[in-house]
Amino acid sequence: MSQSALALGNTSRPKKTIDGSRGAYLIDRYGLVVAPFLIAALALVLFLYYQSLDVPNAVTQVRTSLDPEELRAETLRHIEISFLATLLVLVVAIPAGVLLTRPRFRRLAPFVLGIANAGQALPAYGLIVIGLTISGQGVFSVVWTLALFALLPVLRNTMVGLQAVDKNVVEAGRGMGMTKMAILFKIELPLSIPVILAGVRTTIVITIGMAALAFLIGGGGLGITISTGLKLAQDSVLIVGAVLVAIVALTFDWIAACAERLLKPKGL
Amino acid sequence: MNAQAKIHLDRVVKKYPGSKVPAVEELTLDIPEGEILVLVGPSGCGKSTTLRLINRMIEPSGGRILLDGEDVTKANPDKLRRRIGYVIQQVGLFPHHTIADNIATIPKMLKWDKKRITERVDYLLDTVGLPPEQYRDRYPRELSGGQAQRVGVARALGADPDIMLMDEPFGAIDPITRERLQNEFLRLQEEMHKTIVFVTHDIDEAIKMGDRIAILGERSTIRQYDTPERILAYPVDDFVNDFIGNGSTIKGLNFLQVSSLRLSDYPALRESESAAAGLNLLQEKGRDWLVVLDGEGRPVRWASQEQLGQAGTGDMRGVGVEVGDHLKDENTLFEALELMVQSAAGRTCVVDDAGQFQGIVDMGHLNKAIRTAQSEARRHYEELEANA
Ligand SMILES: Nc1ncnc2c1ncn2[C@@H]1O[C@H](COP(=O)(O)OP(=O)(O)OP(=O)(O)O)[C@@H](O)[C@H]1O
Ligand SMILES: [Mg+2]
Repeated sequence: MSQSALALGNTSRPKKTIDGSRGAYLIDRYGLVVAPFLIAALALVLFLYYQSLDVPNAVTQVRTSLDPEELRAETLRHIEISFLATLLVLVVAIPAGVLLTRPRFRRLAPFVLGIANAGQALPAYGLIVIGLTISGQGVFSVVWTLALFALLPVLRNTMVGLQAVDKNVVEAGRGMGMTKMAILFKIELPLSIPVILAGVRTTIVITIGMAALAFLIGGGGLGITISTGLKLAQDSVLIVGAVLVAIVALTFDWIAACAERLLKPKGL
Repeated sequence: MNAQAKIHLDRVVKKYPGSKVPAVEELTLDIPEGEILVLVGPSGCGKSTTLRLINRMIEPSGGRILLDGEDVTKANPDKLRRRIGYVIQQVGLFPHHTIADNIATIPKMLKWDKKRITERVDYLLDTVGLPPEQYRDRYPRELSGGQAQRVGVARALGADPDIMLMDEPFGAIDPITRERLQNEFLRLQEEMHKTIVFVTHDIDEAIKMGDRIAILGERSTIRQYDTPERILAYPVDDFVNDFIGNGSTIKGLNFLQVSSLRLSDYPALRESESAAAGLNLLQEKGRDWLVVLDGEGRPVRWASQEQLGQAGTGDMRGVGVEVGDHLKDENTLFEALELMVQSAAGRTCVVDDAGQFQGIVDMGHLNKAIRTAQSEARRHYEELEANA
């Protein structure tokens, strides 16, 4: 899952001469157009597979787990959890990234990056259990632990993006009497958008993947379907659940990639 | 200090945190209104720091900065900077804004109305030689280095500030384009009469651009502050002398004009006269070369005694060698020197606007002019010292 996201998520500008890999260039160039077809093909395969299972006449556990209504509800739940976690990441990580690149708080940067690094380095499973012990069962615990787990890409990319803004451009803005706020909102952030959005894409894919563990602390989602398949040794349930997660991840990765294209400031 | 100083620095100090020696040490400097003052000096001497103290991009550690007599050391720096144009070597155009939006940056901050901004942008693009229809909607990455620097200048002129600070604005540009930008900028300044502080480390650029030059040494101390001609004629010490380098006297010829010379009487005759008459005139005046004039009195050839002797009994048509280009009153002595070293006679002819022969310039003239300039400059400094 994160493998394919990486391939689609190659946001660096096509540098044919430097990395020499024509493949990466093509994916970067045509990924946006090709991805929907791949996703649709995957969905079609899943659909055909699902039909072949003859669910209405299957054993009870399979019938309840793969009930279309049930699957739809868990998929939506899965998306909801990931969405909330991503939203929380944006609300926390972008302002934090901005603050940590201001002269006043710059000294804190290594410290905060350390925490975010640790968040990602911990096994997701462990983190979720910590969430459980701190704030109990439920969506709230799921969302904040997922957010902590997926914070790093946006935080780091916001900082990197801001730091990579041409110092001379900022100097020129300052020299013309732009206020600090104006420089941040009219120069630094717009110029960092491509890098920040690349981080957001990674975060989206991570939260969708990790949301499969949400069921452990009562968060629901497609993790339920997958774990049922595992527990009951029903491969069909397992496969349907896992492929659905993959389809959701690929779809949102594609949507984020489109947003990246659209939001990239002109002239860059 | 000086009544007409537009900018006055009063014992300004800048000490960067963590460094023992100040980058600028007690600098007191008057910048006259409507002139270009060039700050020039070796790398790291504090030119940029000094410049950036004026618009408070860097906060001074001590001293005062006065604009039009008003102390701006405590003024709101953002508002202050909107009154002062600022151009840097790396230009720093906003890559995500069109050229028009880049130029409109300050007018927009000052909340001008749309129509006024559009007119201003087009006017400025025209002023810096970029046709508005063609360049208005481009993005900075679609410009060459020279074009980007033009836009940088236009952007700094956005709200028509009366002060401009320029930090090596033409430093990163190829020599041919640099020369063109320098000339265009000087022409522009003739109309604008802005007060400009211009930083460079290139003494030739300083000589060319400056109405006045401040040669700075370490810690931004002023080693000499004067007009380019006086600095060239009289470098006050070895530091300045080394900095302006070889050929400073010759460069000084750029600031002296042919009109300042008293041209000596020189033998000249129309080519319709006989060669014998020419030879007589040369002998009478004790000269080696005769200027041969055409029917309208314009110099056409140099004829030596020998050439006249060989010409026999006819007139002087076709006798001698071409005189080449002539000088006029407004030419500089540097141009005179250039023509002179190419001339067969080692001299060059001066003509009036109608092209008629007025006299000649030779090495003696240059020698005298330079020595006069040098002794005047020396006297000036001796008077200064006596008064101090
Ligand atoms: N931000 C800073 N912090 C500490 N020291 C600085 C800083 N900026 C400049 N300096 C030091 O101050 C001195 C003057 O620097 P400045 O940039 O004004 O020199 P300059 O004359 O413009 O040189 P150049 O011709 O190389 O541009 C140098 O010794 C430099 O190392
Ligand atoms: Mg400098």
